[in-house]
Amino acid sequence: MKFDTPAQTNPIDKMAVVGRPVDRIDGPLKTTGTATYAYEHREAINPAYGWVIGSAIAKGTLRWLNLNEVKAAPGVIAVVTAQDAGPLGKAGRNTAKLLGGPEVDHYHQAIGVVVAETLEQARAAAALARVEYVRAGGQFDLVQALATASVVDDSGKPSAPEIVGTFDTAFAAAPVKLDAEYTTPDHSHAMMEPFASIAVWNNDELTVWTSNQMIDWGRGDLAKTLNMPKEKIRFLSPYIGGGFGGKLWLRVDAVLAALGAKAAGRAVKVTLPRPFMTNNSTHRPATRQRIRIGASLDGTITAIGHESGSGDLPGGGPETATAQTRLLYAGANRLTALRLAVLDLPEGNAMRAPGEAPGMMALEIAMDEMAEKLGMDPVAFRIKNDTQVDPAKPERRFSQRQLVRCLTEGAERFGWSRRNPKPGQARDGRWLTGMGVAAAFRNHLNGTSAARVHLDASGMVTVETDMTDIGTGSYTIIAQTAAETMGVPVEAVSVKLGSSDFPVSVGSGGQWGAASSTAGVYAACVKLREAIAQKLGFDPASALFEGGFVRSGNRSARLGEAAAQGRLTGEDKIEYGELGKTWQLSTFGAHFVEVGVDAYTGVTRIRRMLAVCAAGRIINPKSARSQVIGAMTMGVGSALMEELVVDKRFGFFVNHDLASYEVPVHADIPHQEVIFLDEADDKANPMKAKGVGELGLCGVGAAVANAIYNATGVRIRDYPLTPDKYLDKLPPLV
Amino acid sequence: MPMMLKVNGQKRSLSLDTRTTLLDALREHLHLTGTKKGCDHGQCGACTVLVNGKRINSCLSLAIMHDGDEITTIEGLGTPDKLHPMQAAFVKHDGYQCGYCTPGQICSAVAVLEEIARGVPSHVQDDLTAAPRATNMEMRERMSGNICRCGAYSNIADAMAEVAGGMG
Repeated sequence: MKFDTPAQTNPIDKMAVVGRPVDRIDGPLKTTGTATYAYEHREAINPAYGWVIGSAIAKGTLRWLNLNEVKAAPGVIAVVTAQDAGPLGKAGRNTAKLLGGPEVDHYHQAIGVVVAETLEQARAAAALARVEYVRAGGQFDLVQALATASVVDDSGKPSAPEIVGTFDTAFAAAPVKLDAEYTTPDHSHAMMEPFASIAVWNNDELTVWTSNQMIDWGRGDLAKTLNMPKEKIRFLSPYIGGGFGGKLWLRVDAVLAALGAKAAGRAVKVTLPRPFMTNNSTHRPATRQRIRIGASLDGTITAIGHESGSGDLPGGGPETATAQTRLLYAGANRLTALRLAVLDLPEGNAMRAPGEAPGMMALEIAMDEMAEKLGMDPVAFRIKNDTQVDPAKPERRFSQRQLVRCLTEGAERFGWSRRNPKPGQARDGRWLTGMGVAAAFRNHLNGTSAARVHLDASGMVTVETDMTDIGTGSYTIIAQTAAETMGVPVEAVSVKLGSSDFPVSVGSGGQWGAASSTAGVYAACVKLREAIAQKLGFDPASALFEGGFVRSGNRSARLGEAAAQGRLTGEDKIEYGELGKTWQLSTFGAHFVEVGVDAYTGVTRIRRMLAVCAAGRIINPKSARSQVIGAMTMGVGSALMEELVVDKRFGFFVNHDLASYEVPVHADIPHQEVIFLDEADDKANPMKAKGVGELGLCGVGAAVANAIYNATGVRIRDYPLTPDKYLDKLPPLV
Repeated sequence: MPMMLKVNGQKRSLSLDTRTTLLDALREHLHLTGTKKGCDHGQCGACTVLVNGKRINSCLSLAIMHDGDEITTIEGLGTPDKLHPMQAAFVKHDGYQCGYCTPGQICSAVAVLEEIARGVPSHVQDDLTAAPRATNMEMRERMSGNICRCGAYSNIADAMAEVAGGMG
């Protein structure tokens, strides 16, 4: 199905099942421990255990690697290093090679795997590896590296600043202006399920159970890494214990499970120990951002400039923190620029809402600062500078943009009028209290997505697609989509995901998964409806599918009757034309936060949170709300605690576990409110839906920071906002 | 070493390496993979099980320390066809997303309500000698050893409140 004209009325619009807060269909499995994650599959008989050896230096070479004691240790079956792995390829989506040696590209880069009968034996044996390194100098200091970094485009290619109008003169001439610098630190995905894979060979065919957001990318990249045909690999990931972008890519667990299994001649399972994950895998890169905003006295933005610098290993890309600034606010004169430095830290890459998450953390503080300079309410200042068109290309309109309604309805619901615009005034006992607001913005991305749908004689509908569910609710919303289109209850739909045996979907990432994967299922269901109508001799165009029956004119048949002589199948994919270029497809929201800052200790507690989201049709308001509150929680983490600390001497992230990389816990998060505006975006896809899972994160950090400013009068531009940065600036106690 | 665990009401004889944790005994030897390994260092709570009725991080305990102990895992609380009230409340309130921390959250949640009923005090009580009540803050404090990176905390609190309310 090609989607190249706006969606007309279609079977989804009935919204008998789609749009309802259906409980997750995988809920009974997940809550009873019977959903099977990567390390838990038992189809591979008698697996051996792999333990990964990581580099103890950040950059350099292995002078020698003595594995004699490892090989002689009890239970050891095989040891694989780069020396004996044979020639390995490197997929384009991996910046650093997954198996290092003799050159080492980053700290904790894998340099080998030990395979033994038991986990305990493999771990103990790996500790006996004797490695002598030749350490090379590396660049681990972002600020130093950015001093000579050049401007790149979003993909990392050399470029020039993007300018609309004449930024410099307009900014210089503006009567009210802000020029401020903001920093965001490196962040870790810290998903709960560690990277894990089980691999087993059957002659030249490889089966891998793994934890990966993108089945087809992972399968293809594993084939490329192992120099084997993609068709010889089965890549399976039915349940994924969180990813947040960290599992978009092929990682070393899958590669070393496959190499270990080959060497051992039997199935091998490999998981990464938690303290190994941070430096072995990817992270969200730190940024240094400069924002300049100029406005006329009435609050009209006349110049807006946003520059951001980040670092990555050679061949890597920038953190695209200026992306939203091209589209979020009006302003005739604009400048955005990215700088990319070479760093020898572990690989930087996508983490939930890459670009916008750190970009909005800075931009939305800047907007708060600017509103104060103008003497305007921060909600009113944002509304004043709303735009319904792409500011750089005014002929390009947003397909749907309700940012203003998000802000006004949110302000009303949150009781924003009770906020004292003068900071440091509100008290509740020992607590300094304050409110903050930020806009939320994230583009919607469409992608080709395929599915296969079967109907059997009992009337049961089975959906097969390689789409993944990383906690996002894919199982459930796909069941809802098939139920709606085929006119059956959700209970009559079985959903099979996460297998390379199934048609290739868009996968999970970039908040693109829900809309396109369901659109692909819808397309396959339309094909199945045609097959059913044909089989029953009904007119496909006028046949109605509802209540488990097909009706056409005065004829009616139970759905399963069409499959009485054998299963019927529909297979198709959704593909996209130019609508996403003609129209700007984006999602919008507003975050409101109330904090209390302890006047004595400076500790910040979140008191209330509200998000209002405008993101097209919401396929399941229950699971979508969970996506948004989860993102708000991650936003609190980025505001108050999350920071990978760089050891600039030796080049690694110091706090590489869940005790020292702090993320929000129950005590940190109050009840959270989410409102979805009633929308259906006919320019987006047949589902009329857009992404929402990353929107919920964009702006949250700044809303918290702005609330802390409102509470204390102390402006912190350096995330995370830990008490050491403002305790000595708090209002006097007596 | 030979040993015996009473897991979910069944006696299970095992012969284990002395280095094997209770968590790995459950997951790798008894194939009860509902109990999850998130960090293996007592930092995340995903491995929470009930040992003789009290919750512990099973990754921080060697299996041989539990010879003869009664272990209740998530599989022992309920099944997909017959959910424990806390499991049902998690489904109803969407108290999870990826599901990986969920068994630990549920085991902890069941234990927390029992701890409150038993009068075990916590850091957020104003009066440590008074009987604790299952308030939102009280439950959140006691659940804070169970990390949920998907951020389902607000929903988990709702699920627990429903079960606590139902307990009278």
